[in-house]
Amino acid sequence: MILVELRKMVRSRRTWTTILLIDALPTLVAVLLAITDLGPRPGQGPAFLSAVLTDGTLFPLAALAIVLPLFLPIAVAITAGEAIAGESQAGTLRYMLIRPVGRTRLLVAKLVSVMSFVVLTVLVVAATAYVVGTLLLGKGDVTTGSTSISGTSLSTQELLLRTLLALAYAMLCMLGVAAIALFLSTVSESPLGAALGTLAVLIASTILLTLDAANALQPWLPTRYWLAFVDLFRDPILWRDVVRGVLLQLVYVVVFLAAGWANFTTKDITD
Amino acid sequence: MIRTSSLTKRYGRITAVDDLDLDVREGDVYGFLGANGSGKTTTVRMLLGLVLATSGSIEVMGRAMPSGARQVLPEVGALVEGPAAYAHLSGRANLALFDAMGQGARRATRAGRVDDALARVGLGGVDSRPVHAYSLGMRQRLGLANALLRRPRLLVLDEPTNGLDPQGIREIRGLLLELNAAGTTVFLSSHLLAEIEQMCTRVGVLDRGRLVVQEQLDVLQQPTGRVVVHTPDADRARALLDGQVEHQEGERLLVRVPDAAALNALLVGGGVRVASLSAERRTLEDVVLAATSSGSDTFSAPAVGR
Repeated sequence: MILVELRKMVRSRRTWTTILLIDALPTLVAVLLAITDLGPRPGQGPAFLSAVLTDGTLFPLAALAIVLPLFLPIAVAITAGEAIAGESQAGTLRYMLIRPVGRTRLLVAKLVSVMSFVVLTVLVVAATAYVVGTLLLGKGDVTTGSTSISGTSLSTQELLLRTLLALAYAMLCMLGVAAIALFLSTVSESPLGAALGTLAVLIASTILLTLDAANALQPWLPTRYWLAFVDLFRDPILWRDVVRGVLLQLVYVVVFLAAGWANFTTKDITD
Repeated sequence: MIRTSSLTKRYGRITAVDDLDLDVREGDVYGFLGANGSGKTTTVRMLLGLVLATSGSIEVMGRAMPSGARQVLPEVGALVEGPAAYAHLSGRANLALFDAMGQGARRATRAGRVDDALARVGLGGVDSRPVHAYSLGMRQRLGLANALLRRPRLLVLDEPTNGLDPQGIREIRGLLLELNAAGTTVFLSSHLLAEIEQMCTRVGVLDRGRLVVQEQLDVLQQPTGRVVVHTPDADRARALLDGQVEHQEGERLLVRVPDAAALNALLVGGGVRVASLSAERRTLEDVVLAATSSGSDTFSAPAVGR
C-alpha cells in the first residue's frame, strides 16, 4: 500500500507544481542578491542570508531557512489534509477500504507518502539552491572554512553534519504538522477544511508567540521551537531549544496520530 | 452467502436500518429493493464493513463482518453508490492502481486481469484518455470492471445500471447473468422494479429500514387463480361463464377459474372469439406496493381531522 501511495504521489502533477512553486522563491532571492549585492546585515533577515554573499555554497542552507517557516508547512498541511478527506471526496476511499486495505495500513501509507513528499521537496530545494548559489554567487574560499553564526570557523565536514541535523529537525517539525493535518483529514469531509484547519492552528500559534499575555502557553505551542535549528549552527551548539523542540514535536506527533487513528478506525464511511 | 440477524443502524435518533434479517443463498441473484432513503445503501455499506452496525450481526461467506474483512473482502466485488476513480488517470491506470492495493494480487498477472475486466464490461478497446473525459456510462462500466478485477465469488452492486443507455443495461444484465451461471452470487440493490424483476431469483424489499418481504421471485409471482380474457364477445362470454366473471372492463374480463386451458376450450366451444387469454400473476409492483408505505422521501403533513 505504501508503494501505491508513493506512486500516486510521484505521478501526481500537483506534487511537482507545488515543489516548483516552493523552489521558485529561494531562486528568486538568489537572483536578486546576485544582481543587487545587497544582503541583510548579519543578525537580520532570514538566517544565513548575510553569509551567502561571500560563499554561494552556503545558499542551500539559506534557501531552506527561507522555505521552512512558511512554504513547507503550507504544502504539508495541504498534502496531509487531503490524505483521507481527498479520497473520501473523490469516492475512492470506500473502494480502497473494500479492496480491502486495512484502515491503519492506509493511514500509515498516507503518512509515509506525505513525509516522502517533504523529503523530496527539501532535496529539490537544496539541490537547486546549491546549483543556483554556486553559479550566481560564486564559491567562497573553502579552505578558510565557513563561518558559524557565532563567528568562528566550521570545517566543511562539520557544516555538512550540522546541516543534516538541521534537516532532520525540520522534518520532525513537518511531521508534527502532518500529524495535525492527518487527524483533521479523518475528521473533516473536505480536504480544504482539513488544510485550512491546520494552517489556522499554526497561525494561531505564531500569533500567540508574540503575545506576552500568552507566556504560560508558549512552551506548548507547536511552532514555538521551529526555528531552533539555527542554534545548531552556533559554536558550540546550543542544544536547549533543539531538545525541547524535539520533545514537544514528539508529543504532537503521538497525540494527533493516535487521535487520527482512533477516529479513522471507528468511523462510518458514508461519503 | 450473506446472513444478517437483527442488524440495526441508528444515526442519533434516526433509525436507518431496523432489525434486518437478510438471507442470501449461494448462487442467488438477490434483488434488494427499496425506495430512496429506505436504508439500502446503509445496509450495503454495513455488509462491506464501511459502516459499523449499532447492533446485530453480519455473516458473509460464513465469516463475521467486519472482523473477518481481510478474509472475506478479497472474494467480494462491489459497486457502492456509484463508481469512483482518480479523474486524472486513464481507466486502465486506475484499475492497475486499485489492483495493486491490498494484498494477494500478483504483479506479473496484473495487466492481464485489468484487460480481462475491461473487456468484460465492454471497455476492452478504450484509449488512454483520463477518466474525467469519460461519459457517465463509461464510468459506470469502469466501476463494474473494478468490482470484477479479482474474480469475486460474491458481487454486491448498488444501482449497477445507473447512467447506462438501454443497450448498455441489456449488456450488463447479460454479463451479470453469465457470471451468475458461472457460480457468482449477485446481490443487487436497486429501486428499479423492472430491473429486479427481469434478473433476480430472490427478492428482499426494504421499507423505512425494515425488511417487509423476503421470498423467491417465482413464489411472489404465483398465479392468483384468475384468468384475464380479452374478447370482442364480452357479453356472450359473461353469460356463458355464469357468475365466474369477477370484473369486466370493456372487452377485458377477469375470470375466477383454476385452469386457463379449460376456460379457453369452454369459451371457444361456446362460440366466443378469444383475442387473448392468460393466467393472471401478481406483479412485483403489486407485491411491493402492498408491502410498503409511501416513499420515504415524501414528507406530507399529517391529515388534520375535523
